[in-house]
Amino acid sequence: MPIVYYLYLSLALFCIGIVGVLTRRNAIIIFMCIEIMLNAVNLLLVAFSKMHPPKAGIDGQLFVFFIMVVAAAEVSVGLAIIVMMYRRIHSVDVNFLNRLKH
Amino acid sequence: MNALLLSALMGVVMMFSGIVLKSKAAIRNIAIAGMLALLLVNILEMNGTVFLVIDSKGMIGFDRFALLFNSIIFFSTFLYLTLSARDMEKVGVNYAEYLALIFFILCGIALVSSFRSLIILFLGIEIISIPLYILTGSDKLNLKSNEASLKYFLLGSFSTGLMLMGIALIYGAKGTFYTSGINMVNGAISPLLIAGMLLLMFSMAFKVSVAPFHFWTPDVYDGAPTVFTSFMATIVKAGVFIAFIRLFDEGFASQQPKWKLIIAILTAATLLIGNITAVFQQSVKRMLAYSSIAQAGFMLLSVYAMSPDSKEGLILYAAAYCMATIGIFAVLIKMSDYTFDGFNGFAKQQPLLAAVTTIFLLSLAGIPLTAGFMAKFYMIKAAMYNSGLLWLPILALVMAAVSVSYYFRVIQAMYFRESSTPSTLTVTPAFRYTLVALAALVVLLGIFPNLLLAWLYF
Repeated sequence: MPIVYYLYLSLALFCIGIVGVLTRRNAIIIFMCIEIMLNAVNLLLVAFSKMHPPKAGIDGQLFVFFIMVVAAAEVSVGLAIIVMMYRRIHSVDVNFLNRLKH
Repeated sequence: MNALLLSALMGVVMMFSGIVLKSKAAIRNIAIAGMLALLLVNILEMNGTVFLVIDSKGMIGFDRFALLFNSIIFFSTFLYLTLSARDMEKVGVNYAEYLALIFFILCGIALVSSFRSLIILFLGIEIISIPLYILTGSDKLNLKSNEASLKYFLLGSFSTGLMLMGIALIYGAKGTFYTSGINMVNGAISPLLIAGMLLLMFSMAFKVSVAPFHFWTPDVYDGAPTVFTSFMATIVKAGVFIAFIRLFDEGFASQQPKWKLIIAILTAATLLIGNITAVFQQSVKRMLAYSSIAQAGFMLLSVYAMSPDSKEGLILYAAAYCMATIGIFAVLIKMSDYTFDGFNGFAKQQPLLAAVTTIFLLSLAGIPLTAGFMAKFYMIKAAMYNSGLLWLPILALVMAAVSVSYYFRVIQAMYFRESSTPSTLTVTPAFRYTLVALAALVVLLGIFPNLLLAWLYF
């Protein structure tokens, strides 16, 4: 399969993620959409690493592992923050965040 | 390399010291001693003494610029800890962990200051960001702090997603993560490279709060505990700026015609929005948040000019900005009222503290004989010499004049207004002496900037 198919697929996933982040109001769903964005990048990196010659190709696959590890660290911190928030106001709706403006 | 390893080690040491040691003073002393060791090791490396070399396959390279920048960062953190470490006790119970997170952030800054590969850039930015999300929300009982933390986390990881997409597209175009390989021109320029460069630029702009990506900054800085706002607004911001300039200096120098105008527009927008919004703020903490956006605009001039001059300028600017802002925040933390009225009659109650605060504010506004003036001078000089756009340095000058109005409001409140309530401020003599030394340093750098810049070459 040509590389552009992978490119389109991962860009489509990435855009779904971005639209989700911008439109949804639930913190957990926003968080899921961010994960979709990261996984779209993983897919793209793996596709590109098959496209490039073997020596350069390994780098891309290596990077995917870095992204996975960092994303896991981010999830643990992020869920802790969301839980902390939920304990205070019993909601994970980000409309609450508007209160900070004043 | 020494400082990188030692800072990670110190982070772990601090985490365990929280379990083993019961006395907060002992934990604080370990942190300050660790900070001094970090500074010492870094300066030794600048003079050629390297204790441990790890083969990073050329992904990390500590040159003189990175080492000097790290020294400034470590020195500022040392001052920050001596001035404000006591106030961290009031935030929450996990005192040792806060200090551990600060050491991990320093490790991240050491990584982004020396990256040669986008893998390290990504790792460094994340090692800086993830502890910051925690520090922002560390005041668990305060709803404002919780909200700031959630907001920072969601927007921060969103911008990380953009950054990763940018890196992936660049990898697709060039087949390498090394900045030297990305900079090489072979054949036609791929649209993937340009798209990736723009995404990287926007995500970095987000991390250093450049307009129009600045909207999270006032809320997060306002909501976070003031001790940690001080750290975020100074040391972290300067640390990410070196990544910014290094990325565009080493990675995208050959694409300069493509990004120069975009950076110029971002700079102009940041200067305008930061300075003009700061004028209308009622709270000094929020005013300092907007002022940090405005100062980011000045630092962005160095990315725009991209010359040896501008690198000198960034070094000086980072030092001047960090020292002055840490000083002001150290005083602000002690106040009970963060509005401008809270400073009324401060000069009568605490003449010495009012005098040093005035010096810091003058430095931020860029009045001659302070470090801030020299820093702004170097930046605008670099932008004048290396650009076809004359309006940008002129706009920067006008905005520097605007910034005087809001910095002087604090001075006016301190010296020319009467206080209605008696002062409840208590400070230790050590705090006073450190603050006076800091003010002396700000003035010294304003008269002899070469004391600092000479380190870049010898």
